[in-house]
Amino acid sequence: MHHFVTQGYVLPNQAHIYWTMMIVLYPYITGIVAGAFIISSLHHVFDRDELKPVSRFAMLMALAFLLCAPLPLLAHLGHPERALNIMFTPNVTSAMAGFGFIYSIYLFILTVEIWLLYRVDIVFLSTNAKSEMMRRLYWILALGVTDISEQAKALDRRVMLFLAAIGVPAACFLHGYVGFLFGAIKANPWWASPLMPVIFLLSAIVSGIAMVVVCYLVVQWVNGRPVDSACSQSMMESAWYFLTVDVALEGLELLNHAYMANHDWDIMKHLISDKLFVSLFVVQFLVGSVLPFLLLGTAVVFKDRIPAGVRNVMGFVSGLLLLVQVLAMRWNVVVGGQMYSKSFRGFVDFRIDIYGREGLFAVLLIFSLPFVAMLVFSRILPLWGSIATFPKHWLKEADPTYGPLKSYSSFGRP
Amino acid sequence: MTVIWDKPEISRRDFFEKCAEAGAKTFVFGGLVVTTAKLLLAQDAQDQAGARARAEGVSGKDVKGPIYGFVVDTNKCIGCGSCVRACRDENNVPEGFNRTWVEQYTFFPNGEVVVNSPGGGVDGFGEKLPDRNMPEELNQLPVRGFFVPKLCNHCINTPCIQVCPVGASYMTKEGVVLVDEQTCVGCGYCVQACPFGSRYLNPDTNTADKCTWCYHRITKGLKPACVVSCPAKARIFGNVSDPTSEISRILATNRTQVLRSYLGTNPRTRYLGLDSEVM
Repeated sequence: MHHFVTQGYVLPNQAHIYWTMMIVLYPYITGIVAGAFIISSLHHVFDRDELKPVSRFAMLMALAFLLCAPLPLLAHLGHPERALNIMFTPNVTSAMAGFGFIYSIYLFILTVEIWLLYRVDIVFLSTNAKSEMMRRLYWILALGVTDISEQAKALDRRVMLFLAAIGVPAACFLHGYVGFLFGAIKANPWWASPLMPVIFLLSAIVSGIAMVVVCYLVVQWVNGRPVDSACSQSMMESAWYFLTVDVALEGLELLNHAYMANHDWDIMKHLISDKLFVSLFVVQFLVGSVLPFLLLGTAVVFKDRIPAGVRNVMGFVSGLLLLVQVLAMRWNVVVGGQMYSKSFRGFVDFRIDIYGREGLFAVLLIFSLPFVAMLVFSRILPLWGSIATFPKHWLKEADPTYGPLKSYSSFGRP
Repeated sequence: MTVIWDKPEISRRDFFEKCAEAGAKTFVFGGLVVTTAKLLLAQDAQDQAGARARAEGVSGKDVKGPIYGFVVDTNKCIGCGSCVRACRDENNVPEGFNRTWVEQYTFFPNGEVVVNSPGGGVDGFGEKLPDRNMPEELNQLPVRGFFVPKLCNHCINTPCIQVCPVGASYMTKEGVVLVDEQTCVGCGYCVQACPFGSRYLNPDTNTADKCTWCYHRITKGLKPACVVSCPAKARIFGNVSDPTSEISRILATNRTQVLRSYLGTNPRTRYLGLDSEVM
């Protein structure tokens, strides 16, 4: 437990910041899940065909991040060995008790959907993968269902569409719930706001789209493959749209606080103009919102005049800035909300811990795990497109007969 | 080869049958959910009505055993810190945390209010004025001042019990808010939810911790350590469901306030002589 530097009158038990970087990381990770899933669903449910190149990748990215989402919480809990109590003995009036159930439902939807999405590929690879071990792995992954007739695929598609359709509200709920955790705390005026779930959800979508854009561009560039400009353009448009709404709401919330000027505004004014000035106005607003807004706006409005390559670079830079913006937003909410005492008369400075369970290294380690998971996924399932784009060395024969296989290569619509 | 969907397309008749079945199931299940929710809400309302009646010292038919209450008379506190020391010794409070503390409010002629509580007031305040970081000529003598002892408010509509994900925070039948350290997961949500800063995460047990009104003492007929140790009788503890008790008499003959009444937590710890500067 750290003793923090305090100014003014801080209540004796509040000279500590109890929720630190892990609780910043947790909504950040779940946010990326929601955003990546929505990009994928824009293709699967809303027929945005230009997003097809990234739809599978985004789905697996959502799974990779979702699998790691509980880790920051476990690293934070005083008694991680009792973590499952939130499902065994949930307190029905606690928003937090919903986490286990919402998380499990969403994990189920996502896993089943990914399985259906890749089922034909898995069945194909269970007989055509190069090594015996991999064939067995795919055989297990197929779960004994090897029917890939047109009828079976039609059923797959229907179930998938249904799952994706309930997956969108589930994703919204998962992240809206995270915002509710903060928004429903009346003890903390910096958090208590009905807008909080909405802002969390929108910034989640922004960060998820940004992560897909950045990863897609990096992977294509590193592998020397062409970037599908229609796809990256579409993602940039979505990011621009969601960023606009997100920042508008964030600004309106702050304005509302300032205009109402309740008894708590005095301390909040000091909080934002002093303690959070850099992370809120400089990083979150100026660098993280205004700059990408201009970049994306330019790329969207002048798409006919700017070459695709340049637009992609603009999208890449904006994506990185948006990832910083959302991280800063999480920071400003979670840590910012604890930097002033509930005495409303004093401040606590936050010192970043380097080592330790909730330190910087642990945070970086946990944040790197979804990427490790993606790497593992990419060795098992084709992240981009279909059988036609399988790496040749995965398959038994050097030159497999693609002809008859093409029929089950396109999983969405023909 | 396992084929699980080797059936023909579902017929219209089957489809409607299935729909009707699903509808019926939803109806029954939904009814169950609604009934359960209604029962829970009714129970909750009953609990709250009972608790409120008991907090206000009204003895009803269904009230069995004592309902405790606490009154802090800020007019009497002399800022000696005995209560903080007694609490620390009685409850093994870890260094850097407080189950109870005393705040010193000092008012200066320019309207400035200085609040401080070094170490929670554990060593008392003596006669030294609080540091103001002001130039010598502006550092005038204060116009007035007082002390405010603080502790857990044991709220009736307490947000800390509401948010606890595992039900480790609970209210006893006497109205005391406690934490079960065998169940607490140490998430810290209750610490965030308490508007009064009464809770902390105990670094020794890694669980939430707070004032218990010395539950181990009061259930044996003793008074809390802070009440016993107060030389000025600024802390009054007792059974509010007994109209003849000292606390009932004080509640009946005085106008009392609670901290942050606007939050609607309905504290059982009530104050006499509370200034509007006190949050």
